[in-house]
Amino acid sequence: MPAPLLRVDGLEVALASTGATIIEEVSLSLEPGETLGVVGESGSGKSVLALTVMGLLPRALARTRGNIQLGGDELTTLSPDAWRDRRGRDMAMIFQEPMTALNPVMRVGHQVEEVLMNRRGMSAGDARRRATALFERVEIPEPARRLAAFPHELSGGMRQRVMITIALAAEPRLLIADEPTTALDVTIQAQILDLLRDLQKERGLALLLITHDLGVIAEITDRVLVLYAGRVAEVAPARLIFDAPAHPYTRALLASRPALTGPRDRLVSIEGAVPSVGAMPPGCRFAPRCSFAIGPCMTAPPALIACAERHAAACVRVGELG
Amino acid sequence: MRAAAPLVEASGLAKTFAGRGGVLGFGAGPSVRAVDGVDIAIDKGETLGLVGESGCGKSTTGRLLLRLIEPSAGVIRFRGEELSGLSKAELRRFRRHMQIIFQDPYGSLNPRMTVGDMIAEALVIHGEGDRGDRVRVVADMLDLVRLPRAAAQRYPHEFSGGQRQRVGIARALTLRPEFVVCDEAVSALDVSVQAQIINLLQDLQRELGLTYLFISHNLAVVRHISNRVSVMYLGRIVETAPTDELFRKPEHPYTRALLSAVPVDRPGTASRRTRLKGDLPGAASRIVGCRFATRCPHVQDRCRQSDPAPTQLPGGHEVACHRVADGTLPATESIV
Amino acid sequence: MTAEAVLDLSHPPSKPFRETLARLLGHRSFVIGGFLVLIVLIIALTADLIAPFDPLRNAARVRLRAPDSVYWFGTDHFGRDILSRVIHGARISLIIGGATVLMTGLFGTLIGAVAGFFRPLDNPIMRLMDALMAFPAILLALTVAAVLGASVVNVIIALSIATAPHTARIVRASVLVIRELEFVEAARALGASEARILLRHVLVNALGPLIVRLTYVFAIAILAEAALSFIGVGPPPPAPSFGNIIANGRDFMVVAPWITIFPGLAIIVTVLGLNLLGDALRDVLDPRMKV
Repeated sequence: MPAPLLRVDGLEVALASTGATIIEEVSLSLEPGETLGVVGESGSGKSVLALTVMGLLPRALARTRGNIQLGGDELTTLSPDAWRDRRGRDMAMIFQEPMTALNPVMRVGHQVEEVLMNRRGMSAGDARRRATALFERVEIPEPARRLAAFPHELSGGMRQRVMITIALAAEPRLLIADEPTTALDVTIQAQILDLLRDLQKERGLALLLITHDLGVIAEITDRVLVLYAGRVAEVAPARLIFDAPAHPYTRALLASRPALTGPRDRLVSIEGAVPSVGAMPPGCRFAPRCSFAIGPCMTAPPALIACAERHAAACVRVGELG
Repeated sequence: MRAAAPLVEASGLAKTFAGRGGVLGFGAGPSVRAVDGVDIAIDKGETLGLVGESGCGKSTTGRLLLRLIEPSAGVIRFRGEELSGLSKAELRRFRRHMQIIFQDPYGSLNPRMTVGDMIAEALVIHGEGDRGDRVRVVADMLDLVRLPRAAAQRYPHEFSGGQRQRVGIARALTLRPEFVVCDEAVSALDVSVQAQIINLLQDLQRELGLTYLFISHNLAVVRHISNRVSVMYLGRIVETAPTDELFRKPEHPYTRALLSAVPVDRPGTASRRTRLKGDLPGAASRIVGCRFATRCPHVQDRCRQSDPAPTQLPGGHEVACHRVADGTLPATESIV
Repeated sequence: MTAEAVLDLSHPPSKPFRETLARLLGHRSFVIGGFLVLIVLIIALTADLIAPFDPLRNAARVRLRAPDSVYWFGTDHFGRDILSRVIHGARISLIIGGATVLMTGLFGTLIGAVAGFFRPLDNPIMRLMDALMAFPAILLALTVAAVLGASVVNVIIALSIATAPHTARIVRASVLVIRELEFVEAARALGASEARILLRHVLVNALGPLIVRLTYVFAIAILAEAALSFIGVGPPPPAPSFGNIIANGRDFMVVAPWITIFPGLAIIVTVLGLNLLGDALRDVLDPRMKV
């Protein structure tokens, strides 16, 4: 088994003002060439996790505990400048809304070339040739013409392809994608997911994919981390998450989605709502909504318990629920 | 196939939005044909799903049926009565029969009104009941959408997204309408909450005998809740069929592409499927021929020249495609 | 990322007005600004009781007296007590500011609401407002004064004409955003009349920026009154306003600077208070507009 490229250990992020935790005891590892999906609903802390790894936490939040290692180097002890340097070189991120991540008054070609010149020391001519080749690779039709376009002149799908180009221009080893297809139509989403999958295979990228959509998870990920209210509920190979979910939350989440095939039975719904930050239950955070909750669930947050190889769930009843 | 006359019916429905622009805001930019010749019929008690990608005109269609937007052309009938002929005042009175539930649980509630006032507003507008009656109706409506009665004194910001959506539903149902347009009503919600609201909408339909037009971009949700489904592309309905039929045997090349683009239910079932190339063309210009011709994998010359008329297939299945009409379209690549 | 609220019936129902007030009272600018404005307001209201002398009383004996234990702020060239004149001047200055706020609030809101809500009227109305805004306010006031004559009412009219277009523009901007929100469409779907929609749903949600703007209008009006007085088209003498006391002292700036210094300080205190108030209101009221 290769050494992990990214290793997150016991990460905790809290509101700087009140100290209320947004995520707690989140650990994960990601190997080169692997896609790890992080799935969760709003309030699960999945985007905060991505920003923390990138070193892009907004001022209102602070990492209070835990380590982040990239290729064996500890990131949390780096100066902001050094972290920024790693961000450009070894890891990159794409967002849900490329329009806000692109500079609206700069031609998209220029934005790609800038990365190539700054990060890879290319000459202007080389950068232009490389940018054209990259645009071709991400299947942007008429690349030479599109290089001269401004972001608003492109469709949402094209903008996301430009974002991917910029992210990959510095040839990072880790790509973090935060809801990369959520703003896109389903036919465009399919194109972008295909593209991400292909790029990842051919470059041996480690891909950390943040999403709320279990369908996207099923399409593209190798392993899955399920977050609920800032804590890891379950982590397992993707197939097991769908075929043998161990945590009651994962099960309920799967049962609550309407399907494209099979009978159209009444949906299983999870009553109630995700607890709010600062008002977390003392025990398992899912306990108030869990139909299997028992006494011990109410007192302390459960630790992750292994239930199979590479499969663990944070539920005291993992063994007995079967 | 249908016995009685439909509850809601529209034919030749069209809406052209004038573009903005010009010197000092005078004059107009290019116009956009959002809806371009839609025929639709919804029976009492059924749910018609309307799916399509952004910009296809599905939301505009929903609003046109309610005359929340004035149609540029076409006839709308509700219980046989022509809506397009009503005056503004008559239309306002008529609104009690048809309502709408919105997508955005944040933007759809007035932040300066209590939930009780919001639910009671329909009664105030239509001059129904005194204060005591209204308090009782508000309590009933909150019971109906499974919210505590004490919610009436609260402001929207105290509620979660799912709870706000329940308030929006209560507001829409206060006047006991027969027809409700659900415009992406569960699209902004988390999966677990989405299931609650879908179940609630289905329960309410059964309890109150409601008729829904369920507009959504989410095919799985539409499949789950609809009796029949219409697929829209660039201002036109390209295919309509009973739900199971449509998902088992999609005929129109666009419907097939749409279904094959939906992420799989579980990993490993994904085979590399035919993907649509390119983006939706802009709706600004008038299109000659089939609207899908620019992206269709089965396109022929005639598709670019003449507009396909809907073809009736057995089982209430209707498809607007030249090659389906003469049976030359390659067989369905089933998604199951 | 942002955690959402969940209805918690164990908490008392939210009282938006009280909560807003509590947040304002926790804002330092609001407390300081409010304190300053309140002091000026109390002085204006109780002018008859607290002024040591009649502000109009001429006393040749004590002309141009420097501040001392009897005349705290000194006297002017007619021997009138500056302290009493500043105290009474607060009254006229506040009346001019308050009345301008009322008129601008009324007409600015009306014009902005109509332009923003009824689309065909938008262009004609707003182009007219643009034309009005192109005139320097002082020039506009001069014209009004020239046509109607110098009086308190005419100063108010002139300042209202000068400040209403910008206010209208602010209201229109809010209305344009709010009218597209779904709760407005929901009200229309329920059969609400356009008037009801405008009042109950659109304007109540446009109040925040309007209140902030009107606070600044108050301050602008008080400054403009001084400027108008200085060029001779302000509220006519002998009744004192902050502006015309300064204007009177203009010729004695070197020999009797107290005539201009004290009303000048009064203007600074009032305008500073109003601006602090406006800043606090903007901090507290405007974020809510992100609906």
